[in-house]
Amino acid sequence: MNLRRLLAMALKEALQIWRDPRSLAVALLMPLMQMAILGYGVSLDIKHVPLCIYDQENSQASRAVVERFVSSGWFSVGHVITRYSGIRRAMDRSECIAAIVIPANFSRTLAATGSAPVQAIFDATDVNTTNIALGYAQGVVAQENADISTQWDMSHDVQPSQAGQIELDPSVWFNETLDSRYFIIPGVVAVILALVGAQLTSLTISREWERGTMEQLISTPISALEVMLGKLIPYFAIGLVDAAFCLGVTIFWFGVPFRGDVATLFVTTALFNIVVLGIGYLISVRIRSQLGASQIALMVTMLPTTLLSGYTFPIDQMPAPIRALTYIVYPRYYVTILRAIFLKGSGLADLWGPVLGLCLYAAAIIWLASRAFRKQL
Amino acid sequence: MNATGDIPAVLAEGLTKKFGNFTAVDHLDLRIEKGQVVGFIGPNGAGKSTTIRMLCGLLMPTAGRASVAGFDVGREPEAVREHIGYMSQKFSLYGDMTVRENLRFFGGIYRVRREDFVERMRFAISMAGLEGRENALVRTLAGGWKQRLALGCAILHRPPVLFLDEPTSGVEPEARRQFWDLIHELAADRVTILVSTHYMDEAEYCNRVALIDRGKLVAMGTPSELRGHRLSGELYELRCAPLGGALKVLAGVPSVIEAAIFGDRLHVVLTDGERNAPELVSILGDHGVQAEAPRRITPSLEDVFVQLVARGTEQRTMT
Repeated sequence: MNLRRLLAMALKEALQIWRDPRSLAVALLMPLMQMAILGYGVSLDIKHVPLCIYDQENSQASRAVVERFVSSGWFSVGHVITRYSGIRRAMDRSECIAAIVIPANFSRTLAATGSAPVQAIFDATDVNTTNIALGYAQGVVAQENADISTQWDMSHDVQPSQAGQIELDPSVWFNETLDSRYFIIPGVVAVILALVGAQLTSLTISREWERGTMEQLISTPISALEVMLGKLIPYFAIGLVDAAFCLGVTIFWFGVPFRGDVATLFVTTALFNIVVLGIGYLISVRIRSQLGASQIALMVTMLPTTLLSGYTFPIDQMPAPIRALTYIVYPRYYVTILRAIFLKGSGLADLWGPVLGLCLYAAAIIWLASRAFRKQL
Repeated sequence: MNATGDIPAVLAEGLTKKFGNFTAVDHLDLRIEKGQVVGFIGPNGAGKSTTIRMLCGLLMPTAGRASVAGFDVGREPEAVREHIGYMSQKFSLYGDMTVRENLRFFGGIYRVRREDFVERMRFAISMAGLEGRENALVRTLAGGWKQRLALGCAILHRPPVLFLDEPTSGVEPEARRQFWDLIHELAADRVTILVSTHYMDEAEYCNRVALIDRGKLVAMGTPSELRGHRLSGELYELRCAPLGGALKVLAGVPSVIEAAIFGDRLHVVLTDGERNAPELVSILGDHGVQAEAPRRITPSLEDVFVQLVARGTEQRTMT
């Protein structure tokens, strides 16, 4: 590994990008177009919303409410929580996106007044899921109310009335305005960076083969690692510019609130860029025509990224095998990270899971890419 | 030529390359002493480029071994690459970069010392005749300038061994001659140069010529050695028409060892010219071919080559 050669390579690549209108267009116009096109919502259909229960009373009446949620089929009750802070923790780990809190005096209040509050908390980072889950919760409570109301009426011998109510008191966390853009747009940024980045580097090796310059290059003492790093450095810079551009549009144009810190954003974005560019480079090494490489890059990134990254279709709602598959769809980590940074203000420590995912991915890709290029015709 | 024990600049032993069933290079042995200009001559598809690519470490040989500048091509490919300059058959500088940018790139890749670089870049530019056009995009240059610039890039690091793969193909004659002048200037500095070409006349510019056909080394020697000793029989030039008809007739004449079309006439090799040459005109005339009296000529390398190749073909068909 020689710095002189590395710099010569990086400078050459930068010059060529600068002089190639096609590369520049992909680098700068594609993100602009995609931010405009993809910045809109998608309707969702969900089942088995992960739900936490914090039953402070644990009475027959409270357990009846819980049972109602379980048997509805819309929710899957994962965690039973024993204190309030547990809800926040479970939500941070994405173990649940909804929580039901039944107060300690639930059955007494209900018996005395015929009406008692139950708190429902939603993680609205994923606003579509939240809206639907909220609807389901209200449905569940309405059924329970109908039963309670009948029982209460019978025992108190009064007209069936508004009395006998559980009041669902929804509390929406993290995305208080339930604006779907807040949830969609950070995901869009991840998708765009994944597509554009792979497109850019997918051409870098095939261009040399197609123009016949590769034969000269591999006759020199430059190492495969120097070729790779030298070529990736300018694209890494472009990737960061694109990221800054997309994230800027997200914040200043779409008005998505940014609650995290810039350092976390920078580190995770840089990491994601390495993965994305590495994948494009790997494709480029394998496929010697520019057109072929560009199309493979599109195929490899487009479908998995749009369908399985969780940017529109929530991963929680996917069948288990598909959900397992999403772990190899690297943008899922960055989608999760971006949403958490934007909406929850999460730092690196909170995001260790997806960050570790990206790190492993980056290491694997760089390892593969550095070995893939052979200085042979 | 050199004292025994001196390491040859290029040494190939049993070098073989197969692409599937096709044998591009077939057990080729080659020894080139330091400071020689060796012409690598053969028709298209003879295996010239494949051999050069193997010597540069760009292709793995199927069998055999080679060393260049004292380094084993298979085991120390990077050391080989440090010590060679290579010009591929297809122009392969960066067309979207300027003359200066290309030179700077290869200077960086070859780690030319910064204090030497300015002088070497100036040398390369003046060698290519590109003074004043340092900032022109390379793709805008005409063929001859491109070739000389490519040579300039290939020798920036002063390699002791230079491989030039058909550097003059597609270049106009005047530029070809200039290019050979450059090659001889380099050779004067003890650079070993293996240059392939399919222009037979260029072989005359080389210290030694290696004739290659169908992957095999057919002959190697100085141009005069090849001309003088290789041809069996005497060479005559025959102006006649039609050429194709004449070839058919001559194939049936016992005293004709060989006949081949050279431009607008035939070259005929006869066992005994004094006796046989005069009767050719009448034999041809009997078959409706008009011919002038054959003229004895000195064989060119091309004549030698044609005969060697023909002999090789006969042997192949016999076995």
